[in-house]
Amino acid sequence: MNSTSTMKTPMKRVRGLGSAHSGTEHFWRQRLTALANIPLTIGFLCVVYATLGKDADAARAVLARPFDAFIIGLFVISGVIHMKIGMQVIIEDYIHGEGSKIIALALNTLFSLAIGAACVFAVLKLTFGA
Amino acid sequence: MTEAKTRPLSPHLSIYKPTITMTMSIVHRITGMGLYAGTLLLAIWLIAAASGAAAFAPVQHFIASPFGRIILLGYTWAIIHHALGGMRHFIWDMGAGLGPERMVLARLTLIGSLVITIGLWVLGYAVR
Repeated sequence: MNSTSTMKTPMKRVRGLGSAHSGTEHFWRQRLTALANIPLTIGFLCVVYATLGKDADAARAVLARPFDAFIIGLFVISGVIHMKIGMQVIIEDYIHGEGSKIIALALNTLFSLAIGAACVFAVLKLTFGA
Repeated sequence: MTEAKTRPLSPHLSIYKPTITMTMSIVHRITGMGLYAGTLLLAIWLIAAASGAAAFAPVQHFIASPFGRIILLGYTWAIIHHALGGMRHFIWDMGAGLGPERMVLARLTLIGSLVITIGLWVLGYAVR
């Protein structure tokens, strides 16, 4: 609103137009989720330890505890956002054809979304019961 | 893009003698891709658990098998190596760790990932 198209500075024009058509947003989000992933991975490992050596019913009961389900849910959400951005960087680095790049980027987004939705749905079902 | 074939190419990976820093950088990306694929196993584990004991028991049985344990060991090492590599990236983001000490950081990433992975598995067998 502050500037018309003729008054745009080069910085204003370049903003939001990187190879992924977004500026430093991905860089920042990758660091933010990386930071979150450190305690969340430790938390996830604690949940996994609590299931070790338990039969199916006892292990399911561990995953159904509200705090354990919460930790798994956060671990999955932060992890899935992180891995989606990471794979996008790899695709942009190695896949040069415009068509195949767009298909790969779309598949990456859909895979990450599907994994995230499946995992979150599973922990919610575990913790809220059948 | 069609004239790309005729243009001279800048030197790529194959021309350089491998160094520890370069190898750890490549491994960071490879472990990232491994963890990406591994989320499929995490999803299977959680969905089986949500489906009921009858569905979860065979998945648990597979994880406890020698093949399952090898996958889980690899997954443990990948996540720890990637996490340590990420911490190295945080140090670089602060503008530090780019001098000769980068060799030390790279070695710490490798040795640390092995030591922590073994430690986690020893702990796993102890609490089981």
